[in-house]
Amino acid sequence: MTAPAQIEARLHVTCGDFRLDAELSLPDCGVVALFGESGSGKTTMLRAIAGLEANPGGYLRVGDSVWQDGAQVVPVHRRALGYVFQESSLFTHLSVRGNLEFGHRRARPANGTTPPARAFDEIVALLGIGPLLGRGVGRLSGGERRRVAIARAVLRNPRLLLMDEPLTGLDMRARHEILPFIERLVAELSIPVFYVSHAADEVARLADQLVLLDAGRIVATGPINDMLTRLDLPLAHGEQAEALIEAVVAGHDDEFALTLLDFPGGRFCVPRKALRIGAPVRLRILARDVSLTLEHQTDTSILNIFPATVEAISAENESQNLVRLDAGGVPVLSQVTRKSTVALDLQPGRVVYAQAKSIALLA
Amino acid sequence: MLTHIEWLAVWLTLRLALTTTLILLLFGTPLAWWLAGTRSRVRPIIEAVVALPLILPPTVLGFYLLIALGPSGPIGEFMALLGGAPLAFTFTGLVIGSVIYSLPFVVQPLQSAFAGIGQRPMEVAATLGASPLDRFFRVALPLARNGYLTAAVLGFAHTVGEFGVVLMIGGSIPGETQVLSIAIYDNVEMLEYGRAHWLAGGLLLLSFGLLMIVYAANRRFVVARVV
Repeated sequence: MTAPAQIEARLHVTCGDFRLDAELSLPDCGVVALFGESGSGKTTMLRAIAGLEANPGGYLRVGDSVWQDGAQVVPVHRRALGYVFQESSLFTHLSVRGNLEFGHRRARPANGTTPPARAFDEIVALLGIGPLLGRGVGRLSGGERRRVAIARAVLRNPRLLLMDEPLTGLDMRARHEILPFIERLVAELSIPVFYVSHAADEVARLADQLVLLDAGRIVATGPINDMLTRLDLPLAHGEQAEALIEAVVAGHDDEFALTLLDFPGGRFCVPRKALRIGAPVRLRILARDVSLTLEHQTDTSILNIFPATVEAISAENESQNLVRLDAGGVPVLSQVTRKSTVALDLQPGRVVYAQAKSIALLA
Repeated sequence: MLTHIEWLAVWLTLRLALTTTLILLLFGTPLAWWLAGTRSRVRPIIEAVVALPLILPPTVLGFYLLIALGPSGPIGEFMALLGGAPLAFTFTGLVIGSVIYSLPFVVQPLQSAFAGIGQRPMEVAATLGASPLDRFFRVALPLARNGYLTAAVLGFAHTVGEFGVVLMIGGSIPGETQVLSIAIYDNVEMLEYGRAHWLAGGLLLLSFGLLMIVYAANRRFVVARVV
């Protein structure tokens, strides 16, 4: 028997001309990215889950608390959720501390069945906002405002954290400054996080599951790597097509200053990183960086070569194909020319060697 | 410089303006809150009714109030039913008249203050666990504080300055219905220009000072909103 879904939702929201019809059933889910074009219904979905949009006749359960069952609706303020709004939306009449305490004072009380309310200082330290506490919110930078808004939502001690593009509108530097804070936070919190974004790099770094939305409907839902490499979805196409691989640090090669990473399909080596052995890491391999050979090449400068089985092939354009490979159960994409596809006689079931020219370590 | 009767008029005017302002802030708040948030089709009607005293000649308002408050008017008959006296030419009557007369000066600033806050801070507060009342008192009220200052000062100043309505429903009974504006009028009628100067000048300064407070507060208001 499979474990019951952590989150179950039936959402039917009408908002002017827009209509959202979504059914979700997510297992123990970690970070769930809601991904899609603007206007696809990502924000509406978050708002419906929070109870900020009417969801007539809908259903919503988070863990063991039912937040809506038809006409029985738990009002927003009784739902133990944290919501980080797009424009951070801090209270201008309160200081940074006042903003944080607003949620903390009203936090879900700790009892036997719920984890204890997070200590104020712990969250403040985690988001690095200690020095800002006494300030008015008018004297914060864009990045600082986002961090305060995130801390405020978390201090409410939620069962579910909803984040609506928490990094949108920030410049590159500020985004790269905040992403690690969010990463640390979601790693520390043992609650599901719904993360709305249309930035692929944020999603690749943070998400465990991905819900793909289009025009108010769910196109597909699944583990992030599956979704990114499914040839029937738009995510697997285009210049940025990529595969994510979960690996573990196996050791370091001191002679050549390399770090060895094990994944179910083999071993990678990348330029040395200061990581402890056994640490989990997430790797990204772009489809255009993966080439295929029939023999295991030895006279090549490429280090990362691993056997794989061709699973499926789809035409990218008139000259190029996209190949989905299975490397020890892990899906990987490779972009090859149609000419090579014919020359190597690539077809489902064929065993090949994949050569990855470049591997990026995320986080 | 002021006679006993004139001091009575000063005291009566302040008491009337204060009572009226407090009543208006109390009852104007829910009305303004509703007007700021509703999409109801009756909203334009209510807004027009609230704004009526702005353009209606005070004598028209005073005339209808006189009829309503008098012994054979609906309010007068209701009072009689309770065993009370008619309200025309009483302080209570003046308060009722002033509340209606100054209504837009309190409701409109409050309404625009609430509308200026928008839905977002209230939604944020809800997601942080604040109940509707909690949201109103901890978020809407503090964010609308400059609107309250404006409403209170305008309501107060406008009540201090009213004349036509008082003349119609209050007359000029010292200590009961003779407010400052009436006292000035009586002085002028009796050609006591020196006495009128004292009262008129005092009112001028008071009104100017009160308006200064509103505009000074509103400059800060604007700066605070940029955040």
